[in-house]
Amino acid sequence: MRTTVASAALAAVIACSTSAVAQTPKRGGTLNFAISAEAPTYDCHAGNTYAVVHAVAPFYSTLLKFDLSKYPAVEGDVAESWTISPDQLTFTFRLRDNVFFHDGTKLTSADVKATYERLRNPPAGVVSVRRASYEDIAEITTPDERTIVFRLAAPNPSVFQNFASPWDCIYSAAKLAEDPLFPSKTIMGTGPFKFVEHVRGSHFAGTRHDRYHVPGQPYLDGFRGVIFSQGAAMLNALQGGQVLAEFRSLSPAERDRVAGALGPRLRVEEESWVLKLTIAFNAEKAPFNDPRVRKALSMAIDRWGGSQGLSRIATLRAVGGVMRPGSPFATPEAELAKLPGFGRDIRAAREEARRLLREAGHPNLSFVLTNRTLAQPYTPGGVFLINEWRQIGVTVEHRQVETAAYNAAQSSGNFDVLLDFSNEFMDEPNNGLTKYISSDRSPNNPARAVDRDLDRLYDLQRRETDPAKRNAIIREFEALAMERAYTVPLLWWHRIVATHTHLRGWQMSPSHLLGQSLAAVWLDQ
Amino acid sequence: MATAAPAIASAPRRYPALIAFAIAQPLGAVALLVVIAMALAATFAEVVAPYDPLDIDFGAMLAAPSPDHWFGTDSFGRDILSRVIYGARTALAIGLLSSLMGCTLGAALGIASAYFGGKVDMAIQRVVDIFLAFPIIVLALVVVAILGRLPVLGVDMNLVLAIAVPIVPKVARVIRSSALTIVTMPYIDAARTAGYSHTRIILRHIAPNVAAPYLILFTAFIAQAILLEASLSFLGLGVTEPTPAWGLMLSGSASDFYREAPWMILFPGLAISLAVFAFNLFGDALRDYLDPKFKT
Repeated sequence: MRTTVASAALAAVIACSTSAVAQTPKRGGTLNFAISAEAPTYDCHAGNTYAVVHAVAPFYSTLLKFDLSKYPAVEGDVAESWTISPDQLTFTFRLRDNVFFHDGTKLTSADVKATYERLRNPPAGVVSVRRASYEDIAEITTPDERTIVFRLAAPNPSVFQNFASPWDCIYSAAKLAEDPLFPSKTIMGTGPFKFVEHVRGSHFAGTRHDRYHVPGQPYLDGFRGVIFSQGAAMLNALQGGQVLAEFRSLSPAERDRVAGALGPRLRVEEESWVLKLTIAFNAEKAPFNDPRVRKALSMAIDRWGGSQGLSRIATLRAVGGVMRPGSPFATPEAELAKLPGFGRDIRAAREEARRLLREAGHPNLSFVLTNRTLAQPYTPGGVFLINEWRQIGVTVEHRQVETAAYNAAQSSGNFDVLLDFSNEFMDEPNNGLTKYISSDRSPNNPARAVDRDLDRLYDLQRRETDPAKRNAIIREFEALAMERAYTVPLLWWHRIVATHTHLRGWQMSPSHLLGQSLAAVWLDQ
Repeated sequence: MATAAPAIASAPRRYPALIAFAIAQPLGAVALLVVIAMALAATFAEVVAPYDPLDIDFGAMLAAPSPDHWFGTDSFGRDILSRVIYGARTALAIGLLSSLMGCTLGAALGIASAYFGGKVDMAIQRVVDIFLAFPIIVLALVVVAILGRLPVLGVDMNLVLAIAVPIVPKVARVIRSSALTIVTMPYIDAARTAGYSHTRIILRHIAPNVAAPYLILFTAFIAQAILLEASLSFLGLGVTEPTPAWGLMLSGSASDFYREAPWMILFPGLAISLAVFAFNLFGDALRDYLDPKFKT
């Protein structure tokens, strides 16, 4: 049944993709799409959930953006062109001359400068979640209204792609001068849609920005992002055509249900996701302060077998190391299988895990696994882990808690083992590896471990501009991180997006945070 | 001897209590058998269950009922029959503990209310009124949400408390009405006159006389507690995966896969229905059997 549905869906995808290429976009119509959570803020700089991006991305522009047809290549958004100095320390951007804010004012380099100053050095009371991404920027200058120059204090190969971050919404310098917190209260950007309304718990609405800088775009008259707190309600709306898409991901079962109901009227696209489940061992607490215990627990997990089973019931699939399988810095499979916890011979790995636990004095270990209450993919991930650890005689209590309690446990260190996640918008080691470096340097790593060897390797790769040399350092980092096992990957997520076939122009990508401006989306009706 | 024999023959036969109950309440006896079977399955689950209820077997995912898996398997390939059998343990443990806690607390409050009367009675009854105003599931939801989890020997004691709390006012009200008829009896006056302590009067003279309604309520509320535990687990506020629990088996991945694997919800659903039906039937029969009014 599932194979049939998947095949039908695949055929539909191919058919629709082909016809979409051939057709000229049609103008008009309002797109209704689902957002499966309420945005906690309007401010992209402070946001850390996709609900913010899906709700507000259509209202804003960024300096660069990812070219999703050639991911991870980037293209200009408000930037028309750019140059990078040979020492990779100076980035000069020439801005488009036709970018207007929704209040009618023209975008200048001062707006871009104010935005990046706010990101890298937020004023009191302003939250900038990705401040560390720009800590190498020494100076931002604006020689003229259309030119902006970023000078780095040290080379950093990730900075350029970071300029395409969907979180770096460009705000009006004048508005920021009036009130640095205005983006958290008001939505006003240069994006393809102008803000109409947000009814909490119901929807976000936008209407076409006629002075959008891409000629002819947006094609839609407007959009309505309908907020669903219940997955079943969202699925019913998708199946009934009240919404035409949910751009984050469906589970395999949800995909099969909707595909079975809508048949050729549905397009299903799937891709590996820059998102993974990780397991964080609390290195401040015994026995998890013993590397043998952590390594044993990682080695007991049959990731390859689990991948095959879990991929049928959860949004989990690829076995990978610290970087997403298939991405530029990913570990080749043969090399990955040599790392502890990734071997193909699970029997031997578990025997070694039992030996390590005996040696560490914990042959009958028991602990609490703290997990989120979210069904996908946290519950299947937790159930799977508990089963794996039972195989080496470890007893685990599964404690599933609401997000607030989960975050509290994570930040206070009140946990034994935590089922964590790593969510990035691109495959960039400078971002992804922060899960594994010392907790005093990276709030992104909940394991509460301090390991200067990992920090040193992280810094080495962070400054290395030669991709081959950088890759070698990352491999060394990964081998050490898996050996010391403060935080280890479980499985990488698999993204499944189902859209009605008359929704065109939207592009699938490895991140649910990319490509959500809706500028190129149109309705074939 | 010759004159005595007819007299013995005409006297009503005295059966052991269980047999007498079975003769008087055949449906109740059948229900009791179901309850006993459930208790045995729960106690000896390790022997009765064909598989370990936690064992994942992705090779057998969503397998239909077959000689290998009588009730089929779930989305993790776990044997549903084994999970239903172990689920009886969860249901009974939480059902019995919650009902015991709720009924005992409620009985204590009901007796105190009837015995002391006056302001004590007024205060207790108004609090009872407040609690009775909330639907039982809502009250349990609030308590479980506030208290979180407190696992003791594999049983979440806060869940037990959450289920017990809504039982307390109902039992308090019923036991109070029974106790009110007892506190006006001459032997209670006599006990008071003799200077016996309140504790002695309550424990020796009142409590034994409300034992029958207490037992009936206790049995009836086990069914309600099982249902409540299943409801809370279904809502994600009860026991957590991978613990085998009937309510939990109806939620989670079951809601994703019930179309292609209806056995995932059929058998735990039947188990809940059967257990609740059996306890209710047994409770009714016990009431009929113990209440002299019904005997006439």
